[in-house]
Order: sequence, then C-alpha cells, then structure tokens
Amino acid sequence: MNGPFSLARVAAILRKEFTQMRRDRLTFAMMIGIPMMQLMLFGYAINTDPRHLPTAVELRDDGPATRAILYALENSDFFAVTDQVTHGGEARDAIVRAEAQFVVTVPENFERDLMRGTRPQLLLDADATDPVASSAATGAFAQIVASAVAPLLEGTALEGDLPDPAVETVIHRRYNPAGRTAVNVVPGLLGIILTMTMTLMTSIALTREIERGTLETLLATPARPAEVMAGKIAPFVMVGLVQTALMLGLAHLLFRVPFTGGSLAFGLSVGLFILVNLSIGFLFSTLARNQMQAMQLTFFFFLPSVLLSGFVFPFAGMPAWAQVIGQGLPNTHFIRIVRAVMLKAADLPDIVQPLLSLAAILVVVATLAVLRYRRTLD
Amino acid sequence: MNGAAASAGAAIEVEGLTKRFGGRAVVDDFSIRVPPGTIFGFLGPNGSGKTTTIRLICGLLRADGGRGTCLGHDIMTESARIKARIGYMTQAFSLYADLTVRENLDFMARLHRVPRPREAVERALALHDLKGRANQLAGELSGGWKQHLALAAAAIHEPDLLLLDEPTAGIDPKTRRDFWDHIRELADNGVTVLVSTHYMDEAVQCDRIAFIAWGKKLIDAPTGEVAARVGLTTWRVEGDDLHALQRDLSGRPGIDQIARFGDSLRVSGRDAGALAAAIAPLRDDGRHRWRQVETGLEDAFIFLMAGVEDNFR
Repeated sequence: MNGPFSLARVAAILRKEFTQMRRDRLTFAMMIGIPMMQLMLFGYAINTDPRHLPTAVELRDDGPATRAILYALENSDFFAVTDQVTHGGEARDAIVRAEAQFVVTVPENFERDLMRGTRPQLLLDADATDPVASSAATGAFAQIVASAVAPLLEGTALEGDLPDPAVETVIHRRYNPAGRTAVNVVPGLLGIILTMTMTLMTSIALTREIERGTLETLLATPARPAEVMAGKIAPFVMVGLVQTALMLGLAHLLFRVPFTGGSLAFGLSVGLFILVNLSIGFLFSTLARNQMQAMQLTFFFFLPSVLLSGFVFPFAGMPAWAQVIGQGLPNTHFIRIVRAVMLKAADLPDIVQPLLSLAAILVVVATLAVLRYRRTLD
Repeated sequence: MNGAAASAGAAIEVEGLTKRFGGRAVVDDFSIRVPPGTIFGFLGPNGSGKTTTIRLICGLLRADGGRGTCLGHDIMTESARIKARIGYMTQAFSLYADLTVRENLDFMARLHRVPRPREAVERALALHDLKGRANQLAGELSGGWKQHLALAAAAIHEPDLLLLDEPTAGIDPKTRRDFWDHIRELADNGVTVLVSTHYMDEAVQCDRIAFIAWGKKLIDAPTGEVAARVGLTTWRVEGDDLHALQRDLSGRPGIDQIARFGDSLRVSGRDAGALAAAIAPLRDDGRHRWRQVETGLEDAFIFLMAGVEDNFR
C-alpha cells in the first residue's frame, strides 16, 4: 500500500493536526480572538476622519458673534469645546499635554471690530503633529466662522460695505507646519518598536527555559523569583536603549525629525517604558506554555498597541470604549510623551500625567508577574 | 546543622507524604528515612511516583499531605534552605544546550554562590573527567557525557544531599560504571545520595533500597536483605528449548514466577515445598539441568513488579 499520493495519508495527517489544534487551547483562542479583535478595532474603533476634537477657547471678548461662532464650531461636529483658558501659557500647555487639539482665540474688541467692518482676526492654534487628525477641522474652520457671523451682519447698515470675509481666520499649524507625516510617525514608531521587541524577547527568553526543561534546574537552585526576573530582564533593557539611540539618530539624519524638549524627561520615560514592556513580557511568559504561545500573546497585545494608542489613528477620534482600552496601554502614554518631548519642546512638568500612568501600569503588571511566577513545578 | 541534629541525623525523613494530580494519588502515604552518608536506592516501575517523591523532598512540588524534613529543614516551609544544600539531577537533561560545559558549571556555581567559582569549576571538570570537553557545547555531548556534566553541575556546590533521578537511563554499561564510581566517591566524602534507577546492577551498589510502586513503598531494607524479605525460593534451569519448558511450567500451582535470564530460566515460588512438588515431574527428564540457587535482587524485584504487593504491606 505505497501508492503515489494517498488521500488516506493526507487525511491521517489532517486529523492529527486538528487533534493537536484542539489540545492547544490558547492557539485555538487566538485563531478566533485575533480576527475578532481586528474586526472590532478596524470596524468600530478606528476613525481616520475624527470629529469632536477637544478644543480650548481663549475669550478676550464676548458677545453675540463670539457665542455664534462657538455654537457653530460645536455644531460642525469637528470641534468640541472642552476647556476655557485665560492666557497664552495655558493654551500652550493644553496643546503640549495633548489635552486640546485646538485652541481658538477670540481677540480683544472682536465684536466691535466685526460690526465696524474692520475685519478682526480669529486665531486657531492647531496641534499639527498629527496632520491627519487636524486637517479636516482646520480646512473647515474659515467656512464655519463665516457662516456663523453672516446672520448677525444681515440687515445692518454696513451690509454691502462689509469686507469678504468679514472675519480673517488665522491658522497656526503648530509643531509641524509643513504637515509632514514622518514628523508624527517616526517618534510614535519608537513606542511600537520597543513594545514589540521588549515584550517578545522577554516572553520568549523565559518560556524557552520552560520548554527546554532548564526551568526545573533553575527552580532547584536557591535563586529567588525576583533575582531571576532582574537577571533575565537587565540585558533587554540595554537592547532597548540601543534601539532607542539608533531610532533617534536615524530619525534625525534621514527624516529631520526635531528633538526640542528635555533629554532628562525623555531618558526617564524611555527607561520606564522599557521596564513596563519587559514586565509585560515576563507576565506573558508565566501564562504561555511554550514559545509559540508567548509569540501569540505578544501579537495579541501588539495589535491594540498599534491601533488604539494613537500611533496611526488619532486617539481623539476613537469611541469612548476604545479610549478607555487605549488608556490601559503603555504605548498610548509613551507616544504622548515622545511626541510632546521631541516635537513640542515639553519637559518634565508637561509629562507628569503620562509618566504616572506608565508607573501605575508597571506596578500592576510587575506585581502580577511576580505572583504568577512559578516557584514550584505544580 | 542544628536542624539535622534535631531530626536524629537523618538526611531525609518524611511521613505520610501524599501528592495528587487531578484527583489521582501519585504519591500515597509515603514514609521514608534516609540515614546520612548512605546511598539510598529508589526502585520501581515507570510511573510509580519516584520522580514526584524526589520533587516533593526538594520542594519543587508542594505536598497535599504529610510532613517531613530534608537535611533538618521542613519540606513544606523551608524549601529555600533545602535548595541551598542539595544537588538535584533531573531525569531529562536540563542544562543549557547552547552553553559550553564550562559555562554551564560556572553558571550553576554562581547561582549557588560558591566561593571562588572558577576554581570550583576546574575542580569539577577534573573530578568528572570533563577537562577535555570543557569548551564543547553541552547540547553536542553524547548522552553519557551529558549525564556526567549533569552530575558535576548538581554537585558543584558540594551539597550535603544529592538527588539523582534515573541518572543512567539509556546509557551504555561502561559509562554507567564510571558514573557509579563518581557516585561512590561522592558518598565516601560524606554526601548522602538518593538515586532512582531501573538497573539491578546499580541497585546492588546501594546501601539501602526502597521499592516503590503505585506511589506506595513496598519494601525498605538494606540491600543484602531485600531478597530474603521477599521470601522466595528460586531454582535455576539450563538446557534446550527453554521456551517450551516455560510454557509447560507456567500456571502450575506453587510456581509464582518464571523469568528468563540470558540462557537460563529462574523459577521462583513463595512456598518452597509447593515449588519443589511442582517441578518434581520435570526435574529428572534429563533434558534440563536444575539447581536451587539463592534468590537474587532481580528475582525479588520482578516478583514485586508483577503486582503481588499485598503480601508485603
């Protein structure tokens, strides 16, 4: 019975594959889980045309025209007025800390100048680090303002003599005036690369010990879990630092991405971020039974880290539930830090919030990992 | 060492040790006392719970019931202290295949915080004849040398107790003999050795033997007394067509066991008289030579393994 091509043999192998697939529950869950997650993320969470972008307003004048403009901005769906600032410093902070995507400044005597027909200016500061997120809104700004003030001017004595447009809209595309995508993507990529390599390398390095049986030897020595964790993680911290240096150098040389903020703030954040990802890798290694499963878990984590962190798609454009998940991902906070420090000249005080978030994630993950680490073979 | 003195000098002393996996007791109400400085043999068929027992003793597994001490330390609560003073050689090779022999030994020495690790490694290399292979990757060693390396690694920190789990499984006889020479040497230096094995020629080298089956201890005696305890009488038969003779003998009342040993049969029974009566009709047929012999360890163990354990509880 040694024919040329036996369907029976194919069937035997096929059967065996299915049996093995069924035994490996994690792989099975991933085969279902990853497509489901992709569908949910791409279908619901991702929005390349974000609306309701957080907008701060600085009102140095107030009146019917101002209120009409604010109303029109809200009504346009592009802007959501979330904050009022009183001076330029606050406006800058709001944008640097990514609390506001836009700041609209209504200048002194705006109402009077409008009625006199002297064409007052209306200022829109846009965070242009992410050109995709801000372009639609900035493009529509002038039109929204013009339509908002038109009814107020109708029937006034000045009608007919009015300049066109009645309000001069000035748009400042901050931090990335040319709207270059590389300026936004390259700093974000640092977070992606560190997430991928750090979690993957750690989880694989540890599951390898289980797979090859060397864990039993390790467990039979007096080495403590914390010692094993520290010793296994330290080399990858160095790998992460080398990757960061390489990325920064190439970002500057090839893409002329600026570095405008504080180096201490940057170094601290990178160190913390690397530690967070290594702990996640360590945690994965306590969940996975072999290297294959460790890779799948890493991928499962990597997908939202790319899609929900604000790396490719604007964070503000995601639905609330996706933003909640995004807040739990270290990459979200790291990308904010890196963009703020590299592009927006941020320093330590500006990044306290995301740094604390990273630290909180680190504490939770590292605690879970040490608790899950097996001290026995049970 | 105070703890060891407190438990009357036993290297290992456990009582009622029980371990269940998924409801099945793999180790069941197991008690044992291993005097210091002895070579203590664990014998038993595959799956009898030898590995699990060893893992319980050194704290790699947590027992579901029972109590005990290892080198005077409580096996339930002081596994960290136990681990510092034992050397454990796992059944499957579990050192780093992508490190050299020397690197593996150095790693183990440093994990145990051996003072002057480099010298300790060189001593171990010399003691275990590994000098010529020091720079070879562990993964490239033959099975025998892997075991030599594993023993060297388990003993690098000069432990008071060595737990060797089937250290010579699948190894050629010459290497096995060399390996046992090393075990002897270590024991002569005062190390207690607990070793599990399937081989009778190794079992006889132990000072004391425990026979384990189905997670229970069936016999625990000095090696020389084991055969007597089982209480078998044995006849040795030589001649032609032993296979036919074996068929002929089997099932006769009085004959509890017929085992083929090379070119002879060994016929054993618990009742000497009944056995003699059973073989009487065949003894004088002239085709075979019959001789009563001393019951050996192997006869005893085959008998035990065959599952007649109830008489020895």
